[in-house]
Amino acid sequence: MKKYEILSKRTLAERVNEYVVYAPAVARHARAGQFVILRTDEDGERVPFTVCDYSREEGTVSVLVQEVGYTTMKLAAMNAGDALADFVGPLGNPTDLSAYKRILLVGGGIGGAVIYPQAKQLAAEGKPADVVLGARNVSLAIYTEEFARFADNFYLITDDGSSGKKGFVTDMIEELVKKGEKYDCVFAVGPLPMMKAVCALTARYDIPTVVSMNSLMVDGTGMCGCCRLTVGGKVRYACAHGPEFDGHQVDFDEAIARSRMYREQEQAHICRLTGEVRR
Amino acid sequence: MQAYGGGETVNKSARNAVPVQEAALRIGNFEEVAKGFTEELALAEASRCLNCKNAPCMQGCPVGVRIPSFIAALLEGGADKAAGILFADNNLPAVCGRVCPQENQCEKYCVRREKLGGSVAIGALERYVADNAADVRPAVAEKQAAKVAVVGSGPAGLSCAADLARAGIQVTVFEALHKAGGVLVYGIPEFRLPKSVVEKEIDGLRALGVNIECNTVVGKTVLMEELLEEYDAVFVGSGAGLPLFLGIEGETLCGVSSANELLTRVNLMKAYREDAVTPVQRGRNVVVVGAGNVAMDAARTARRLGAEVTLVYRRSRAEMPARAEEIDHAEEEGIKFELLTNPVKIHGDERGFVNGMTCVRMALGEPDASGRRRPVVVEGSEFFLPCDEVVVALGTTPNPLIKDSFPALETTPKGTIVADENGRTPTEGLYAGGDAMTGAATVILAMGAGKRSAGAILDELRRKGKIK
Repeated sequence: MKKYEILSKRTLAERVNEYVVYAPAVARHARAGQFVILRTDEDGERVPFTVCDYSREEGTVSVLVQEVGYTTMKLAAMNAGDALADFVGPLGNPTDLSAYKRILLVGGGIGGAVIYPQAKQLAAEGKPADVVLGARNVSLAIYTEEFARFADNFYLITDDGSSGKKGFVTDMIEELVKKGEKYDCVFAVGPLPMMKAVCALTARYDIPTVVSMNSLMVDGTGMCGCCRLTVGGKVRYACAHGPEFDGHQVDFDEAIARSRMYREQEQAHICRLTGEVRR
Repeated sequence: MQAYGGGETVNKSARNAVPVQEAALRIGNFEEVAKGFTEELALAEASRCLNCKNAPCMQGCPVGVRIPSFIAALLEGGADKAAGILFADNNLPAVCGRVCPQENQCEKYCVRREKLGGSVAIGALERYVADNAADVRPAVAEKQAAKVAVVGSGPAGLSCAADLARAGIQVTVFEALHKAGGVLVYGIPEFRLPKSVVEKEIDGLRALGVNIECNTVVGKTVLMEELLEEYDAVFVGSGAGLPLFLGIEGETLCGVSSANELLTRVNLMKAYREDAVTPVQRGRNVVVVGAGNVAMDAARTARRLGAEVTLVYRRSRAEMPARAEEIDHAEEEGIKFELLTNPVKIHGDERGFVNGMTCVRMALGEPDASGRRRPVVVEGSEFFLPCDEVVVALGTTPNPLIKDSFPALETTPKGTIVADENGRTPTEGLYAGGDAMTGAATVILAMGAGKRSAGAILDELRRKGKIK
């Protein structure tokens, strides 16, 4: 096998692919909640992706990639048998939910990839979590079979009502809490506006909430500070101090602004790749 | 006339200047500013060396290059002959010839400095030899069974690795990034140190048998415990990578970055190229905060990306920590200096992008612990500096990644690794040097530390009977 070879690729939803990458050195110490940084080719940029699964025996690490920008579109064009130029990790700190007893995992869109290993691990530990998975429509919902298997209760909610319930993850969380479900932790991962909305809701109900921040990064080891965000009034690095933080302390408006820092340049790149600009 | 060395009369010719690319031209490209001596200039400059018996210049060299000998060899037998001497002491001569602060080292002690036309241009001669000699790296000693791990492929790690490899040790260097070289590739700009020069030096190390593993973060991909178990010794030269910020309002706005980030995007990721995939902020009005060599690199990089650049520093010109040459080059390139000025707040627009900075004027008071006069705020001196990008170059601290994953590692309150002058830490078999041990310093000091640790490691391995 080649270094960083893509062993398999499967499409989980529209423009969402799961890649199983041969990287034994990364798999050896990988744990749920950590991330890797990869480059597609020698001229590529360094882009972080959450580890969504791994096998120490097979020496593999899986990442889920949604086609949204230049590098993810290049990845979409790669297939099993192709090799990535670089694949480094596991970076960041692993998830630690050991202090909590009754956990609600909330995934929005591709954020499901981050809560999936957690659902699997909590089930293995004998304290399966409830899972709320939100997606724009049913074709974008990922890992639904796996969640059905590993979750205590699994709730799917879609913006358009194409499957499960119609609405947003916050609607589902509120319904559960009002029904009398008692969670001592919500672990929410998804787009920044979703995590912001979940945190605003759980703050009202006083439920501790952990979020995973997918900030822009370059080196991913604390060297550049590109991924910094404000948590509880303090500047923190997503790569070194995170990627998980107390959601009630995160300044989401700032994080949202920072996530758009290179939007114009990114669109120019996509334009070069496809001859069109996607928004 | 005075007699020196062998007693011949002294020529009083002035130091030969190194040709440079004109400022007006060079701000439009990333090509090297200093072009290096031609053969004619190199020989003329070499002939200025008095070949002093006591070689005062050598006391200024952290790696002990036999300076008068290599210069004499250059005159006698050209670059190839000089290289035989130079390469024996210096593992990265093409790098040192370019980025060493020679004016504070070898050239500071040159007897010609004050009255005899200026110090011999030792750095420029070193570069000439390294660039023009055929590869005459010293032979590798008989292969040994001992194995040493080196953490970090910056100047400290490479220097340590090279000396160990020459002694026949099997050396593996672990590098976190995708490219070897550490600060030489991510930090120092192309226009001061072309990456092709670094690559050539690293190829030379590989030719010595050094194995370099990129994409390996010690403390994450491989643990320190594993290295100490598997190798006979470990040298940590992980650098001072964590950038310091100002701690003022507005520092997380879009368009505010550390010098490390700007330089990494431009140098390592080649963001200055039109076809680069990695983006970089291209402000029109950039403010760089700080006045060290990294601040100069950041300012001159932003200038080449097309910006008007203002450098803000809270003390006066006399206290600027950057090399005089770097300050002069920055000024020639049109960088404006706002000295005795300190930022107090960064302002942003409704989208969260920087649009200005509030600064105050400073005055110099009594000397502080560093011996420099402490700047104090001038009451009522607040003013607004319009800008659309801010680069913070206030220095760095060691990356806590290794310490966090290996608590047995002793560190100072500043985060630097505790070790003796030969890099020995209290943990058996574990050595450290360079910025990880000293805090941010220079390439050559890191190389000196790597070299001393290599010597100490060889002593230990011999003592333990692990090498013949």
